[in-house]
Amino acid sequence: MTPPDPIALSRRTLVAGAAAMTSAGGAAAAPAAATGTTPSALTLRVNGEDRHLDLDPRTTLLDALREQLHLTGSKKGCDHGQCGACTVMVNGTRIYSCLTLAVMHDGDAVTTIEGLGSPEAMHPMQEAFVRHDGYQCGYCTPGQICASVAMLEEIKAGIPSHVTEDLNAAPALTADEIRERMSGNICRCGAYSNILDAITDVAGRPA
Amino acid sequence: MKFDTPATSNPIDQLKVVGRPTTRIEGPLKTTGRAPYAYERHDVAPNQAYGHVLGAGIGKGRVVSMETDAARAAPGVIAIVTTLDMAQLPKGKMNTAFLFGGAEIQHYHQAIAVVVAESFEQARDAAGLIRVEYARGEGRFDLTAARPQAKPVDADGKQASAEEADERVGDFEGAFARAEVTLDESYTTPDESHAMMEPHATIAAWDGGKLTIWTSTQMVAWWRRDLAITLGLKPEDVRVDSPYIGGGFGGKLFLRADAVMAALGARAAGRPVKLALARPQVANNTTHRPATIQRIRIGAGRDGRITAIAHESLSGDLPDGQPETAVSQTKLLYAGANRLIAMRLAELDLPEGNSMRAPGEAPGMMALEVAMDEMAERLGLDPVEFRILNDTQVDPSDPSRPFSQRQLIRCLREGAERFGWAQRNASPGRQRNGRWLTGLGMAAGFRNNLVVKSGARVRLGTDGMVTVETDMTDIGTGSYTIIAQTAAEMMGVGLDRVRVRLGDSDFPVSAGSGGQFGGNSSTAGVYAACVKLREAVAQRLGFNAADASFSDGEVRAGNRRVKLEEAAAAQELVAEDRIEFGDLSKRFQQSTFAGHFVEVAVDAFTGEVRVRRMLAVCAAGRILNPISARSQVIGAMTMGVGAALMEELAVDKRHGFFVNHDLAGYEVPVHADIPQQEVVFLDETDPVSSPMKAKGVGELGLCGVGAAVANAIYNATGVRVRDYPVTLDKLLEGLPDIV
Repeated sequence: MTPPDPIALSRRTLVAGAAAMTSAGGAAAAPAAATGTTPSALTLRVNGEDRHLDLDPRTTLLDALREQLHLTGSKKGCDHGQCGACTVMVNGTRIYSCLTLAVMHDGDAVTTIEGLGSPEAMHPMQEAFVRHDGYQCGYCTPGQICASVAMLEEIKAGIPSHVTEDLNAAPALTADEIRERMSGNICRCGAYSNILDAITDVAGRPA
Repeated sequence: MKFDTPATSNPIDQLKVVGRPTTRIEGPLKTTGRAPYAYERHDVAPNQAYGHVLGAGIGKGRVVSMETDAARAAPGVIAIVTTLDMAQLPKGKMNTAFLFGGAEIQHYHQAIAVVVAESFEQARDAAGLIRVEYARGEGRFDLTAARPQAKPVDADGKQASAEEADERVGDFEGAFARAEVTLDESYTTPDESHAMMEPHATIAAWDGGKLTIWTSTQMVAWWRRDLAITLGLKPEDVRVDSPYIGGGFGGKLFLRADAVMAALGARAAGRPVKLALARPQVANNTTHRPATIQRIRIGAGRDGRITAIAHESLSGDLPDGQPETAVSQTKLLYAGANRLIAMRLAELDLPEGNSMRAPGEAPGMMALEVAMDEMAERLGLDPVEFRILNDTQVDPSDPSRPFSQRQLIRCLREGAERFGWAQRNASPGRQRNGRWLTGLGMAAGFRNNLVVKSGARVRLGTDGMVTVETDMTDIGTGSYTIIAQTAAEMMGVGLDRVRVRLGDSDFPVSAGSGGQFGGNSSTAGVYAACVKLREAVAQRLGFNAADASFSDGEVRAGNRRVKLEEAAAAQELVAEDRIEFGDLSKRFQQSTFAGHFVEVAVDAFTGEVRVRRMLAVCAAGRILNPISARSQVIGAMTMGVGAALMEELAVDKRHGFFVNHDLAGYEVPVHADIPQQEVVFLDETDPVSSPMKAKGVGELGLCGVGAAVANAIYNATGVRVRDYPVTLDKLLEGLPDIV
């Protein structure tokens, strides 16, 4: 007989309590919403095309793209904002699509890796990644490319980063700026040095 | 084809395609998001349901009961399979931990249920409604505490007496006692996680008693065999398909729970099921690189020649597990007449320890190459010269066994020259530039070249296209491209005339991806199949196969030349063969070598380490594709920076699990951590290795680089850290005074 473990007991109690609160709250307030079975209607403008969706409101933007629209180029590496593989552009700004619910984006314009280019007609950044071997397994690659394209726009727009030395001047297109701004996109294969070369190639030589 | 004598000249030597820098042939698919990974195969089976795996909440013990009524009643739920529904399932041949079934919990986050629902959200939600009652058992979670019970294990990982298991040459103890200069230090390396970007994922579909999985595996044939064993099926009733793999690093070598749970879920649901491990489940549900405690003793004369060297390593694993073979390179890397190599293995109840990129050498070189740096300092020798002085061209324990190629000295000399090693200040902690202390460090790189039998089928189609089919995988290593290059070279066509199909168990069994054996072995298998196809082509076109040459899309002999595609104009030609390796790897020691050089800057106030420059000079046989080979090396160097500076699974020694089990807690290098990296390959071929005259290169870049980082930190700060990773808290106390 194993003696009762106070930590195990408290964890179980805690979990059971939390679950009870969820269902009690759901029953009182909005039963259908709590079970996620009432679909929410929304329209996303994805890669220039309006897509109407009826979604479980718990669906992330990432899962809406991958599972509903079958745009599987955006990757799920961690599903909670730690790796960057799901990076897409919403209204021109890069975001982690796993950290935002699709229903929050009714009417928004979403650009995914599929929207940047195709194997037959690649975006210059996609071509540069191929040319510089800025990837290996390829799983973080769509996120890296979407982040790269949006990141260069951020520099052009004068948005500073953690390593920007002079906040009153326009940020320079340096290797350190690019590395800092790309650090939300992990590449476990370790292609960073080549990714920097690819981005630099597209952006022009760093100052 | 049997490869048992060193290669002579062959069509690969033309180097019209092989050896040329070639961008990846699948690159446009990967960079545009069109390469389909395991979880993304919407097209392969209709009506896919979603699975969610529930992991055990204890590190050791038993499941007493599972209350699933609420989960079964949750919206969208189709089926639930719990571990109490069946007896413990048999283990595959390569597994240490059991993957599913029965009440016993061997480790934290062991799979204990799969919930199948109409949607991902419903499955995940319902899994949270399952109530599990556990009986927690006493577990062993502390490697240091388990040391007294640790058992000797031999080089093959088998338990034996110390006399049988330990490898001795000469009289180590006597020589060490007599040595004029000695070092006796201990080093620890932590548990590490592969942390590949794509979590383990599978779609499973049953057709009667036949099962197909679309999954993410490095080793298609192992998964097929072991899934069949685990589920009680015949191997021929299991098909495995894995054309794109989002990284593996050893974490996808062996059958994992995602495949088993998807198969069981699909059977219970009566429809195809797709599932992926949630990122926070990966570190504890799957395997990891085990922690080590290593002791290194080196004795040398004042002339710097090593007379005695001993490397002992302790690691832990579940019962029936394997040691981390951190001592293996020390058998071969340096000369010395008196040697001792020993491993001890303790039983631990942490998740399964197993291969992670460069198993053995990665943590072993971390310790050995820091010890060599320390020893060089004690001898007053330059670390580069100390290593060169102790080079050996033969296996030190069997001098009749030469290295097939060993250009370590050239790697070190050329690296030192290119990196500006001569500018290094040998006195540590003396280079200060503003807030930064700077230092240079180096290490040798060493990893054995393994060869594994490998098969392929090659077709010459009626359209003139050459199609290669093999169950080889491309985990980012560049297999697609080097296999296409090999077939193009052999058949005398351009890359645009070659198609490569990988990762399907319907194709001939290959070496698979692991142990840096995949590239050389699998292309050698393609070479063998192409030799057969050339014979078939020659026969059909009326050439003598021995006289025919294949180039520029033609078959030629004497004055006669015929277009290759004419051989198959009426009917496709198909050839299949495999390469099998004889005893050349016994007669010759086949290894790969590098010189790693690193410059770091350490913040004099905070101890923060920044890597500023990295160089690897590699000798690894013929480089089949300089682009993807270089990528393998820079990627490994990056992983080495992780091992040196940040990667560590934190063990909860009370409850028995890895605490930091996601990508925020388990830190790996990001863009800002990695400088421009330089890689140089020596121009060499190794005809003893294979007809390709190539060797492995995927792991070499990792072996030693972490030590080069640590040695550079010592040079910058004067602080010698022997417990890795070198985090700033370990430096702060010892940093030079800030004047």
